[in-house]
Amino acid sequence: MIQEDVLCSFCGCLCDDITVEVEADQIKRVRHACRLGASKIMGHERIKGPMIRRNGVLTDATYQEAYDRTAEILESARHPLLYGWASTVCEAQKIGILMAEEMGGVIDSTATVCHGPSIIGIEEKGLAGATLGQIKNRADLIIFWGCNPAEAHPRHTLRYSSNVCGRFTPDGRAGRKVIVVDVRETRTSKNADLFVRINPGEDYQVISALRMMLAGKGDLMPDMVGGIPKKALFDVVEMMKAAKFGVFFFGLGMTHSRGRYKNIDNALSLVNELNAHTKFIVMPMRGHYNVAGIGQCAAWETGFPMSIDFARGSAYFNPGETAGCDVLARGEVDAALVVAADPASNFPRRIVESLAKIPVVQIDPYENPTTLLADVVIPSAIAGIEAEGTAYRMDGLALRMKKLVSSTYPSDEEILKGILESVRLLKKRTEKAKEA
Amino acid sequence: MKAIMISGRTLAQGAACESKMSPEFFRATSVCSVSEEDYESMGLSNGKNVLISNDFGRATLTANKDPGLPEGLVFIPMGPWANALIGPETGGCGTPHFKGVEVNIEATDALVLEIRELFRDMGRAKA
Repeated sequence: MIQEDVLCSFCGCLCDDITVEVEADQIKRVRHACRLGASKIMGHERIKGPMIRRNGVLTDATYQEAYDRTAEILESARHPLLYGWASTVCEAQKIGILMAEEMGGVIDSTATVCHGPSIIGIEEKGLAGATLGQIKNRADLIIFWGCNPAEAHPRHTLRYSSNVCGRFTPDGRAGRKVIVVDVRETRTSKNADLFVRINPGEDYQVISALRMMLAGKGDLMPDMVGGIPKKALFDVVEMMKAAKFGVFFFGLGMTHSRGRYKNIDNALSLVNELNAHTKFIVMPMRGHYNVAGIGQCAAWETGFPMSIDFARGSAYFNPGETAGCDVLARGEVDAALVVAADPASNFPRRIVESLAKIPVVQIDPYENPTTLLADVVIPSAIAGIEAEGTAYRMDGLALRMKKLVSSTYPSDEEILKGILESVRLLKKRTEKAKEA
Repeated sequence: MKAIMISGRTLAQGAACESKMSPEFFRATSVCSVSEEDYESMGLSNGKNVLISNDFGRATLTANKDPGLPEGLVFIPMGPWANALIGPETGGCGTPHFKGVEVNIEATDALVLEIRELFRDMGRAKA
């Protein structure tokens, strides 16, 4: 059977034109996907079944035993961390938020080691946005700042931005200008009309210089900013002003470098000011396919997009204090439920050492370093391939993901419901025992 | 020598990131790219590895020459090897400083640790 218009559940592009050949309920071939998407859809070796660590060794268990053990861990914790959520669907994320609220825990997403600073910057300044469809059909200047879509979002330029032909952009790449700003040459910079190589950690200064020039105060600037001669920065400003529809895509080169959310804040101000001259929009290059979705779910459920602490009985948001890395670094959480993420690989090692000291439950289709630290391992169906659900593209568009093949594994949503049920039962039993 | 380290995504890292215990992920992420000039000046052309260290930790990595890097800037794909060198401080916004990290880098004959070896001590501590 040929399944067409399948959504790819790898990156924030959420490409929706994938063709998947299914035979005897197994995926045989993937077409139109990039290397990253094809690798994910074709699959890898799975965790065979649920496991519970007994005497230091992970041993086989049933799903119900795993749910009950997880409930014991979470119920006995005073302040659990519920972390991950970017590689699963919104239906699972909603249950996670409910669990955090009932348990008085912290819920945080992988955004906080990714575009978290972008969200903080956007909260401060607001975002002049657009859909990827508008960009495809209208944009004539594309800026990639601190991002490398050729490796992280391989079909972005071909489907949505610099190289695609659109309704009012019939010439595709030939009809557009592309500027790449980075600290090193990348595959993306090879596609640029203008490559601006700035000094590491000096994004803020360079953006400020562009804002000064845009405001007509370039004569006050030094000859070099961020390693770039004034003349080259002037050329960037002129290209920006000459655009009919400009787009400022930015990546982790901005959020992971010195300045972090202030870099974003400054870039958003630059784009606001450019709108006095022409149409300009700005967009973060979101990584995981539904990292935008957990931000949306958390915002509508709690009022905040990530790093939400329910210890006080109501939602409290203060990244720097309540992000996953923060609460682990300070030893403020005493258990962790990790869903569709791998903090053992992606957190700084010193923070992973803190994670290793507390009980950890992992829900994931695949073994990864977090499995090595886990006390309970619960394998799940792969959302978007073996389970349906909703995901948000990097531009905020909600899309429905299909189930392509059946699976013997329960979905993340089913697993979380099972755990929540066990937690509630355990709570009742504990309360009854206290009364008695 | 002193250098500035940035970590980030690569195609090979992304393609293997759902199979982190695989040889493909190991090959994709336990590698440090340096400029052509630094590669020569550190004497890496004879197949040596690099030892990278700072106040937060240390990692031995396979050396790779990248003509797109300027002198003094090194790149490691995101993953547990790169994260051995990242500090826990989050700058008031919850996000560690994954790029622009000061490191010392030198040639070494030491072997690159496999992914399970990186976590062996932590696993035992927990058990």
